[in-house]
Amino acid sequence: MKILVAIKQVAARDSQFKVDASGHWVEESDLSFEINEPDAYALEEALQLKERHGGEVVALCAGPARAVSGIREALAKGADRAIHIEVEDLTQFDALGVARLLAKAAETESADLLLTGLQSDDLGYGQTGVILAELLGVPHATIIMAVEKQDGSIRVKRELENGWFQNVTLPLPAVLAVQSGISKLRYATLMGIKKAKSKEIRRLTASDLGVPPSLNIVMERVYTPEKTKRTELLDGDPKQAAAALVEKLKFEARVL
Amino acid sequence: MSSVLVVMEQNAGAWHRMSWETLAAGQEMARQLGVEINGAVVGADVSALASELASKRLNRVYAVTHDLLGQYSPDGMTAALEQLIRKTAPDFVLFPHTYQVRDFAPKLATRFGQTLVPDVIGYRLSGQDLVLVRQLFQGKLNADIRFKSDGVRFASIQAGAFRAEAVEAGQAQVETITPDLNPGLIRTKAEEPFREAARAVDLSAAELIVSVGRGIGEKENLPLVQELAEALGAELAASRPICDNGWLPMERQVGSSGQTVAPKLYLAVGISGAIQHLVGMKGAKTIVAINKDPNAPIFEVADYGIVGDLFEVVPALIEEIRKVKG
Ligand SMILES: Cc1cc2nc3c(=O)[nH]c(=O)nc-3n(C[C@H](O)[C@H](O)[C@H](O)COP(=O)(O)OP(=O)(O)OC[C@H]3O[C@@H](n4cnc5c(N)ncnc54)[C@H](O)[C@@H]3O)c2cc1C
Repeated sequence: MKILVAIKQVAARDSQFKVDASGHWVEESDLSFEINEPDAYALEEALQLKERHGGEVVALCAGPARAVSGIREALAKGADRAIHIEVEDLTQFDALGVARLLAKAAETESADLLLTGLQSDDLGYGQTGVILAELLGVPHATIIMAVEKQDGSIRVKRELENGWFQNVTLPLPAVLAVQSGISKLRYATLMGIKKAKSKEIRRLTASDLGVPPSLNIVMERVYTPEKTKRTELLDGDPKQAAAALVEKLKFEARVL
Repeated sequence: MSSVLVVMEQNAGAWHRMSWETLAAGQEMARQLGVEINGAVVGADVSALASELASKRLNRVYAVTHDLLGQYSPDGMTAALEQLIRKTAPDFVLFPHTYQVRDFAPKLATRFGQTLVPDVIGYRLSGQDLVLVRQLFQGKLNADIRFKSDGVRFASIQAGAFRAEAVEAGQAQVETITPDLNPGLIRTKAEEPFREAARAVDLSAAELIVSVGRGIGEKENLPLVQELAEALGAELAASRPICDNGWLPMERQVGSSGQTVAPKLYLAVGISGAIQHLVGMKGAKTIVAINKDPNAPIFEVADYGIVGDLFEVVPALIEEIRKVKG
């Protein structure tokens, strides 16, 4: 089975953000980046499917030059090769634009299965996989918590709301948007890191793919949200703050 | 005539409550834009739901009905709504940002060459157009989004962003629409929804809850919050990553995929406050947050907060609680 996994590099989870001078995005120079968490789970699922059924895992990433470190990590974890769509400024593409880039690159591969993460930790659009399926003319399923390969089809466990689930069967090829927590993430081994250095990264540009920048929707302004609720912050050293909180819990909230 | 269309969600004949919040948003937007407001409900037999919807302030209710829509599928839903939208040509189409909408709305927007603006928390008027507000970086920043292309605009509304009680009553005509669908169109085969093994803990009945998030760092640190819960006589709950990692069982997960709780006290330790977590605990009477990041979105819902390292604050808190409780 040939599996394509879309991975995006996003700012590390604990980042503190500063809006950049344009006001349209954040200052990236002092951020560190990592593979978007749901995408890391999609990659993990792809690697496990390959271990069970054989085949090939190809990582697919649209992003600037820095994204190569994410691609290398995917290769070190076990992806066989990668495609890097080099886009210096991703803000020139909206969710549909990015999916068009990925779809064009995916068309050159004819994979059996395409995996994406459910959503990105930066923009949180949660659309890439679904749009990709529509552009490729293949079925999809989202919020995937388990994948079971069958003959010519795939049976997946979808998460519904409030702790409910549902199994769905799709013919292949198909796109799955994978939810965080589907399995346990592996670490790259030293051996894997060494091997990754010789693995192929095919570089493409948006113009190679014939996809011009496109924005149906634009981020006009990025800003720190105004607080609408006044949280009573309890100051002092930990001991003082704890004592003050206990007072509040006893006399105001009356839960002690 | 220009219009806003609100696509309501129903499952097995019951409304998804976020549908009403979205309808409230739609009514308000349509009034300010000075355009018509219409509602749609989709299913195999939705006559009862459609007449209930017709008692709201709407110009028209579209009952989109077909046997193949009895069970949700992204293919069936997309085809049905595509036909409705081509026929009625609304300017704006609004959805509640539910798991189901996540599953088909981006596909539908793509059919129109458009990009859905998902998970909207607010808006402002800009001439005859809307500028939509949504969150970035899991609620740390906001962005104003403007539509750039012509044609129908698609957006989905975040849980809790508008108040369901604000929906205005009225009277509308019901129009039944039967889309042209055939079984070959629907490529996925869905089975009956199910739950995992019965829940041993019912957090919804708990009066006091201590909830732990990724800030705890490692499984080995969990006894610290367990001790806090015991000192308070509280149940222990968690955010999703803690359950994903298998550090606590999934039945202790609070949020849109887990349990919804409404205790007297919800003490969030090392939880950032992502919307999927907030929807599960916003109803708590008193919310306390302990977090080292003063900008964490959890402080947007917290009544009391301590900004600091939980590994210093929690031991101090346990000690103070023990003093009071004796
Ligand atoms: C479809 C869908 C469904 C979801 N369902 C759920 C759900 O049901 N429930 C749920 O919880 N999530 C759910 N999520 C995930 C959600 O989006 C968040 O990713 C998750 O809630 C984050 O958990 P967290 O706050 O524990 O972790 P993080 O967001 O990583 O936050 C950790 C926090 O700990 C703080 N911290 C770190 N170290 C310390 C320290 N030493 N002292 C004090 N504070 C510290 C940090 O400042 C940060 O604010 C869902 C997501 C999706 C897409």
